[in-house]
Amino acid sequence: MTDLTSLTLAEARKGLADKTFTSLELTDAHLSAIEAARVLNAFVMETPDRARDMAKAVDEKIAKGDAGPLAGIPLGIKDLFATKGVRTTACSKILGNFVPTYESTITSQLWRDGAVMLGKLNNDEFAMGSANETSCFGPVANPWRRDGSNTTLVPGGSSGGSASAVAALLCMGATATDTGGSIRQPAAFTATVGIKPTYGRCSRWGIVAFASSLDQAGPIARSTRDAAMLLRSMAGHDPKDTTSVDIAVPDYEAAIGKSVKGLRIGIPKEYRLDGMPAEIEKLWSEGAAWLKAAGAELVEVSLPHTKYALPAYYIVAPAEASSNLARYDGVRYGLREQGKSITELYENTRARGFGAEVRRRVMIGTYVLSAGYYDAYYLRAQKVRTLIKKDFEDCFAKGVNAILTPATPSAAFGIGEKGGADPVEMYLNDIFTVTVNMAGLPGIAVPAGKDAQGLPLGLQLIGRPFDEETLFSLSEVIEQAAGRFTPARWW
Amino acid sequence: MSTATHKLLKGSTGDWEMVIGMEIHAQVTSNSKLFSGASTTFGGEPNSHVSLVDAAMPGMLPVINGECVRQAVRTGLGLNAKINLRSVFDRKNYFYPDSPQGYQISQYKSPVVGEGEVTVELGDGKTATIGIERLHLEQDAGKLLHDQSPSLSFVDLNRCGVALMEIVSKPDIRDAEQAKAYVTKLRSILRYLGTCDGDMEKGSLRADVNVSVRKPGAPLGTRCEIKNMNSINFIGQAIEYEARRQIEILEDGGRIDQETRLYDPNKGETRSMRSKEEAHDYRYFPDPDLLPLEFSQGFVDELKAGLPELPDQKNTRFVADLGLSAYDASVLVAERESAVFYETVLDRLANRARDGKMAANWVINELFGRLNKEGRDITGSPVNAEQLAAIVDLIGEGTISGKIAKDLFEIVWQEGGDPRVLVESRGMKQVTDLSAIEKVVDDIIAANPDKAAQVKDKPQSLGWFVGQVMKSSGGKANPQSVNELLKSKLGV
Repeated sequence: MTDLTSLTLAEARKGLADKTFTSLELTDAHLSAIEAARVLNAFVMETPDRARDMAKAVDEKIAKGDAGPLAGIPLGIKDLFATKGVRTTACSKILGNFVPTYESTITSQLWRDGAVMLGKLNNDEFAMGSANETSCFGPVANPWRRDGSNTTLVPGGSSGGSASAVAALLCMGATATDTGGSIRQPAAFTATVGIKPTYGRCSRWGIVAFASSLDQAGPIARSTRDAAMLLRSMAGHDPKDTTSVDIAVPDYEAAIGKSVKGLRIGIPKEYRLDGMPAEIEKLWSEGAAWLKAAGAELVEVSLPHTKYALPAYYIVAPAEASSNLARYDGVRYGLREQGKSITELYENTRARGFGAEVRRRVMIGTYVLSAGYYDAYYLRAQKVRTLIKKDFEDCFAKGVNAILTPATPSAAFGIGEKGGADPVEMYLNDIFTVTVNMAGLPGIAVPAGKDAQGLPLGLQLIGRPFDEETLFSLSEVIEQAAGRFTPARWW
Repeated sequence: MSTATHKLLKGSTGDWEMVIGMEIHAQVTSNSKLFSGASTTFGGEPNSHVSLVDAAMPGMLPVINGECVRQAVRTGLGLNAKINLRSVFDRKNYFYPDSPQGYQISQYKSPVVGEGEVTVELGDGKTATIGIERLHLEQDAGKLLHDQSPSLSFVDLNRCGVALMEIVSKPDIRDAEQAKAYVTKLRSILRYLGTCDGDMEKGSLRADVNVSVRKPGAPLGTRCEIKNMNSINFIGQAIEYEARRQIEILEDGGRIDQETRLYDPNKGETRSMRSKEEAHDYRYFPDPDLLPLEFSQGFVDELKAGLPELPDQKNTRFVADLGLSAYDASVLVAERESAVFYETVLDRLANRARDGKMAANWVINELFGRLNKEGRDITGSPVNAEQLAAIVDLIGEGTISGKIAKDLFEIVWQEGGDPRVLVESRGMKQVTDLSAIEKVVDDIIAANPDKAAQVKDKPQSLGWFVGQVMKSSGGKANPQSVNELLKSKLGV
């Protein structure tokens, strides 16, 4: 039955509908795959009993002909999403064994539509990281390895568990979140498809917050179509999140295979970095050529404030994080390290509960919001953010429908290879993705090829606000041209 | 009314002037909290009115309660203030167990209400105008309980997240009397509007008072803030104490340290709580979980149209329409309940144009006088508005005299009942029947021929006859009829 795990979500949907197999069989196949892949450390909590119960319940519904759009599909859930009755930690020691009494809006919509939860997926602590190395549960291994090498590579981050699990066929799709590239960069590192929707497209309610004005959830899946199917269930207005937008959710799947003829695709010259590997350059040109062959029109565009995006992002995101993480104080839930006074209790709890990267960002954030520094850092960064947003608006106003860029400046790297001495080295991973969060736009990463060492590389498409459909159409064109990539199993 | 001169304090180097500004925290009257659906009911079991949002569980988000916004706008309108159609919620970051989020959601740079003003009545019929700097919405904190265990503190989050309006005055207040009058007037306006119950004992209304002193006309001195005052009298005492403390320091050649102080009502003194050096850096920034608060002028206009009549307007109307004195009108409107009582009396009167003013006298002198004597307030009055209106009607229509009315009031106060029925059943009716009075008059004239003869030379002795007639009628004769009858019989 293990071959059931290699189906795409769309194929599984058909098999379930045709009663070729049951959700329980599909779920069991994935549970076995998860068990056999523990070395990847993608799951931080497996919930097999719950998964089987959900699968059985949905099988009954399918038998009655009362099946939702994701009926019987086994998914992995990033540990940032609150799941009722199931430990939720954001992969931080500070949350300890926190078990929410509530279900995030997004996951409750997935269950509403019939999906099955296999367990909780690893991520960088509080989603802060680009390699999934900051998790309190340890790093996640990328199922991909360099040709002829045994070196374990990172899956990217922060949604490293999601990307690794989807690429390794442990789940048919996964929830993820993206604050500066945390869906798209790991998707690119693992040859999966990941979309960060427009800010406000999905509810943030019940997702552990990192940087509220940048955080947005989305799916990681094995194909563009699968991502479209998942996003349809995840998206929607939520009165409990006032930053979510009340716009009807389209049938994203209908955009798959839709002609891209006549669409204007911008190629931003500022994304052509000095010293960018030739392979990335080549991939980018290839992607452009595929879109052109499909009838799209390519235009060079300028996004002049791009170079300020990363520094501005590393002011805004830590500033919000420093405040969002203040609630983890040892008073009401999670870890508590006693002290002689309330101040000592705070200090001990937060010093032991937060990892080094989280502490670093909390300190940066506290600093940039401090009296006397606020104007020079936070306010200035917000101005930069406005300019970045305007760059994109100007570009779209000229008739550009979407922008094509590389997803990452390199392929996956080895665990411990980057950022040890200089955190900026790690931060540079997000250079092509942060602008999209700063502008609140949708962005999709789609596998487009491999580097010389056989590692997957991805391209990114950036769209107009709430025009995820165009991104799906374009992504499908690239997917069809580039083909799909599956890692050789070594675990 | 005229503008008041304020009190100066005498020091050894001459007169000193106080400069006072206030921040009043008024709990918004609403069913649920500012950003969550939890109940605002006072006095529940600890932590029984706490939502996931109030407890700052991971991933929870605030959602603005529209009613709290409407209450803030109503209050702004009641303070004649500028309403800002766009305002912003900011986070004020600090760690304390009564603040689960680790920050308070407040409004820092862009409050919902801007500048306004309040006219306050001072005891001598004079008034002062106090400027309002701003009003903003913010979350209240929870409550720490230190007396439950010898080694642990507990926290009750019931109040956490309840909406507060912080109303900031300009430093326009010049002495303790003005300060007390300002709080009294603000409280009255809030209660009229129904936007805050003004219950200072429950902590629904609390004041932080900024006090500094200077020589009249000199630049502003360094101020100290007296935190968390919840009694109007204590506010007065604290200001007097604090101003004298500052004067003493300055006259001894010292310097005032800007600091936060607390007033100890038992010792009658303020003491230092924390200095400016220990002040928090709150790292305010716009709350990214909330969109800016925006509404239209139409929304404001609609609320404005629905505002109740406020004390100043009521006062003006009572003076203009009913001929009340400014003082009587101000007494009646000071408390919303008093004004409501008086207006209910007016509504029940048979002839409000004739008897409205008399009704005011009865409410103020007889009813309030009696209530004060017994330490009761208007809501616990044994005589209700309907009964009082009936008594005033009976006087106005000439059925009973003012003197009998006082006896009747006493009966109603003690025993209750319908005044009209009581007048009948207890034979308290004024006798206006001339033939009945005539007999009494004739008898008295006949029994006092000497006095009757004197009246023509000494018309003022007519009063003696009136008194005799009233006495023998048991006070029920109509004094006017008696007077006229006597005049004609005695030929004066």
